[in-house]
Amino acid sequence: MNNFQYKRVSSPIAAITELAKDPAAKLVAGGTNLIDLMKYGVMSPDKLVDVNHLNFNEIVKQDGSLHIGATVRNAVASANADVLKYQPLLSQAMLSGASPQLRNKATMGGNLLQRTRCGYFYDISAPCNKRQPGSGCGAMGGYNRMHAIFGASSSCIAVNPSDMNVALTALDAVILVTGPKGDRKIPISDFHRLPGTHPELDTTLDRKEIITGIVIPDNAFAANTTYIKVRDRASYAFALISVAVAMELEGTTIKDIRLAMGGVAHKPWRLKEAEQMLKGKQASVENFKMAAELAMKGARAYEHNAFKLKLAPNTMIQALKTASGIKA
Amino acid sequence: MIENKTREKEDEGMASNSRRDFLKKSSVITAIALTPVAAVKASDLKLDERLSEAIEQMSLSIEINGQQYNLKVEPRLTLLDLLRERLKLTGTKKGCDQGQCGACTVHVDGVRTNSCLSLAVMNDGAKVTTIEGLANGHELHPMQEAFIKHDGFQCGYCTPGQIMSAVACIHEGHANSETEIREFMSGNICRCGAYANIVNAIREVKAGGKV
Repeated sequence: MNNFQYKRVSSPIAAITELAKDPAAKLVAGGTNLIDLMKYGVMSPDKLVDVNHLNFNEIVKQDGSLHIGATVRNAVASANADVLKYQPLLSQAMLSGASPQLRNKATMGGNLLQRTRCGYFYDISAPCNKRQPGSGCGAMGGYNRMHAIFGASSSCIAVNPSDMNVALTALDAVILVTGPKGDRKIPISDFHRLPGTHPELDTTLDRKEIITGIVIPDNAFAANTTYIKVRDRASYAFALISVAVAMELEGTTIKDIRLAMGGVAHKPWRLKEAEQMLKGKQASVENFKMAAELAMKGARAYEHNAFKLKLAPNTMIQALKTASGIKA
Repeated sequence: MIENKTREKEDEGMASNSRRDFLKKSSVITAIALTPVAAVKASDLKLDERLSEAIEQMSLSIEINGQQYNLKVEPRLTLLDLLRERLKLTGTKKGCDQGQCGACTVHVDGVRTNSCLSLAVMNDGAKVTTIEGLANGHELHPMQEAFIKHDGFQCGYCTPGQIMSAVACIHEGHANSETEIREFMSGNICRCGAYANIVNAIREVKAGGKV
């Protein structure tokens, strides 16, 4: 690991000032992703700004919305009584990610900024447009079993690895940030980017901005949510495919629904067309199959990940069945 | 305790000697080559050395297994390397060094943590318990007893991490069934495959109510 300066800050302004002063500075909270990347030489900031002492540690129910501070640990949020009661999907998704030790350290803000686990991004001897813009994409003609089937570009086919982000996308979360120009609220669907010609940028967060919290608007989904994650091991592995479903049922009619997929794109993949199709319809396997077909429109596989074209709709149908309680 | 304190001083000496020597020598060489009078004077006052220390060495006050340490550390030093290399607490193991295997698991303020992904300097003011701090004198911790009884290891390399994780798993309330134990112990990899026996050890300790 390269050596670096370490600065502990106790106010958001101090953190922003440090970022503004030094373009090569990075924030550190849990460190579970950044320190790993620094050990591999993938990232080598010359200054780490420790934001663990900023006061963003609370989970508050306010005006119907759930506010979760940026430095709340994933383990704390997933076990929080209000999260379990009002947004159980988030807890379920977070508990399916990483290990208990990592969740004890990892923060909400850090998880939003979690970088891809693409092997070519991690291998500093390989080309990677995300790590080194202009160097090419190793995955495109290489081993691409874990890679994207939606929204990829000719410069990057990596996927966002976070489970939390998939649940937050289904729940229409809003990311609270602050920076030199003041506060901003970014809907999560605008927070993560597709790679386009700038895969080095994972999000729309400005370099000098910091995340202060996440707001999940009130909803009536708590009784019918599910997160299904398909992976190579039963636990502690990144998703090949994951699906988040949040549904409001009136009898067997789908009154409202949110759907998002993980392991398929550079950002958590919201399935709005499938949602529109299912809204007002009966919760039935037949309708779920039609929705899954619609969801897969535009999917494109690479040499080693064609299995995702089947696994994704099947996982989606299973998740819809589980969330709605349909057995057949 | 006394032995530890002495050790700590020696370690500090060892850790910073080569860097200091290099900086001293290099600043003298630079000084002689460039601006003799002012720079040699600066070198005499050890200004370079003081400046580099201000940047590179951070104060760290940390309690490990009940003993207080006041140290100076480089920011890039991980908690794992602090334990093993500086303080010679080699019970905590370095497996993957990338947060994937769990061999380095310790408790920081009662919470299980991968010490390889934690910078030492970020643990200022923390209370750390390692495998060395689990036993009560010569009396083993119930989890240590149970791992021996149930043969919860083969080569033993993952065992300190497994035991620290297992104790936390029960404290967290995540040891209520075999399925739950397996899920909440998934951050600790055992290449010998002693999982079945590890689960039995944890179940017995949980049932005994001693943890």
